[in-house]
Amino acid sequence: MSAPTLIIMLLAAPLLSVLWSLLVRRLMQWVNLLAALVCFPVSIWLLIGAAKPQIYFDQMLYVDRLGAWVLMCVAVVYLLASFFAMDDMRHGREAKRLPSFYALFALFAWTMFAASMANMIGVYWIGIEMTTLVSTFLIGYERRAESMEAAWKYIIIVSGGISIALLGTVLLYWGGTFVLGPTYTLDWSILNVIAPKMPAVLLQLGFLMALVGYGVKAGLAPMHTWLPDAHSEGPAPVSAMLSGALLNCAMLGIVRFLAATDIAGHGVWPHRILIALGIASLVVGALFIMRQRGLKRMLAYSSVEHMGVIALGFGFGGLLGVFGALYHMLNHSINKTLMFIGAGSAVHRYGTHDLMQMRNVPTAMPRIAWLWLAGAVAITGAPPFGLFRSELSVLIAGWMHGGTRWVAILFLLLLIVIFIGFLNHFRQMYVATDAPLPEGPKPGVMTWIPMLLAVAALLVLGLWWPPLFTQWFGQIAHQLGAAS
Amino acid sequence: MIALHLSPLLASIFSLIVIGALVLSFVMLGSRWLMDYMLAFAVQSWLIAILSALMAWTGGYTELYFVAVLTALFRGLVLPLMLLWVLKRLHVNRELHEVVRPSTALVLGAVLVIFSMVVAYRIGHAVDIETRGVVLALTVMLSIMLIGFLMLAIRREAVSSILGILMLENGIFLGSQILVPGMPLMIELVLLFDLLVAVTCFVVLVWYLMASVGATGSQALQKLVG
Repeated sequence: MSAPTLIIMLLAAPLLSVLWSLLVRRLMQWVNLLAALVCFPVSIWLLIGAAKPQIYFDQMLYVDRLGAWVLMCVAVVYLLASFFAMDDMRHGREAKRLPSFYALFALFAWTMFAASMANMIGVYWIGIEMTTLVSTFLIGYERRAESMEAAWKYIIIVSGGISIALLGTVLLYWGGTFVLGPTYTLDWSILNVIAPKMPAVLLQLGFLMALVGYGVKAGLAPMHTWLPDAHSEGPAPVSAMLSGALLNCAMLGIVRFLAATDIAGHGVWPHRILIALGIASLVVGALFIMRQRGLKRMLAYSSVEHMGVIALGFGFGGLLGVFGALYHMLNHSINKTLMFIGAGSAVHRYGTHDLMQMRNVPTAMPRIAWLWLAGAVAITGAPPFGLFRSELSVLIAGWMHGGTRWVAILFLLLLIVIFIGFLNHFRQMYVATDAPLPEGPKPGVMTWIPMLLAVAALLVLGLWWPPLFTQWFGQIAHQLGAAS
Repeated sequence: MIALHLSPLLASIFSLIVIGALVLSFVMLGSRWLMDYMLAFAVQSWLIAILSALMAWTGGYTELYFVAVLTALFRGLVLPLMLLWVLKRLHVNRELHEVVRPSTALVLGAVLVIFSMVVAYRIGHAVDIETRGVVLALTVMLSIMLIGFLMLAIRREAVSSILGILMLENGIFLGSQILVPGMPLMIELVLLFDLLVAVTCFVVLVWYLMASVGATGSQALQKLVG
């Protein structure tokens, strides 16, 4: 199939699901799952076909390997979360409001697809802003005081932050007018052309503002403050989408701006700043995971940590750094979805978010307990799972660069701290076998299927690095100017 | 760059409008009445609309006429009316918990303007355009943005937060009219549309907060920490 057909399918499937949920209002969970089942293979197909960057639909959409890679991560999370939503949304919700949930859920996926394919930088900004608008309603969906609070903080912090990115875009456009004249179209490929020729100060300011603005959305510390609230208070499928898919979409923008400064020959300082943010995220993640009591908040801080790892990978740069960061995007997407699925089931089963009250998990949730534990081991970066490989290659990338060796050592130490802190919580949840069994509903088969799929995928990605990925990552690294 | 070759009269009018917009943002800092904030925002939006129209007329950017109409309509009329509607139902008409007193806030705002001016001069120097118009536009754009962030930091009412964000976006609009009047029409259109959606979202959230938290100040939002 040709690429335009694939793009239309990718964008039409979630939209049809939205329409179905709003108009028919029955069986919407199945239609949503069907849409996700269409999107996943289509996104892979699109990724395979994206050998060269292409512009489609009257300059509106831009598909290259990097964008298609992020698209595929979104589609994976959308699929796994759609399975789980069928189970999760049965418990304790008003049936009357379910259609609006599924409509928003599919629309959220659609906005993320659209944002990762946007060609013009302004449209990308609008796409990211649209993801915020849609997901606000999903975070506040349960209408408890806590979820309202989380939704309010989310929209205020993120819209404030993202306006800094808009200012950055205006400054970059201004810089371009010195090269191309007062009116032109600022898209991703033009940015790389004008970056070397525009006044250096405007490129630097534009990059910094884009980094801070999209960094808010990507959850890089110290701009992460909305993230733990939003991720812990939405329904679990939404948390998975926010954490596994949305953060990558914002990271995509940061990486593209970083590439423009590389192409313009601004040297190492943009990378240094990204590395600093990455280390800050790891520190924040490590400290808050250690003393966390809320199960989903702990997973949210783990997302801050993993965004830090990805930022470090792109910050260290070079082939290994970029390879590691890209591989980590996919691994983290799958793994964090797995963790949130387990967490959502546990919250229903135990009727609380408090880690201290969750004891004796293997007896309480026999079918999924060991899959969840495997996910917990994987997310701390232990072998033989995919995250071990990606974190290792980021680590080696930092070690091999002379100037960043101490950063690599610090990175390793923080990973060890997180390993201990994270698994200690799980140890306490799993070993106390004499605790009374909780009363809540048991997880069903639609929880078990995505968890099994995710663990299998993580295991495969950990044992075997697909050669095709090496080829794709090589192309992306070349495109980002990191190959030299 | 249109701001480079303007007749003295037009240049003065531009400067007047731009500085007027800056002064209006100080109205927000200096008052504690929510109605004042709303009015200051509305007038600021009208000034920006006039600026767009003038820009369109002098520079021949016909698209900007459309932007001017939309700015006046949405940001100057619809948004203030929606906020008015919310204000009438909130039964909160002033800031109750002051983090920083209005007089101190004014001084802080002045410091931010001086900072913006230094930055603007640096940028102007680096890109070899030290025209007064460009430096002024940059100064005002950065100042309004920073004052918007200051509002977000020191005011606690939900409506003040909304207005803080709207104002910092006003700063970007104002700056982009002068610095990059040729930025494609579609972007500007969607920005206006997007803002409308954002405010709808905000209005809903204020209602949610009312229903469940019982207050609309952010000091009530203390449940989620750590």
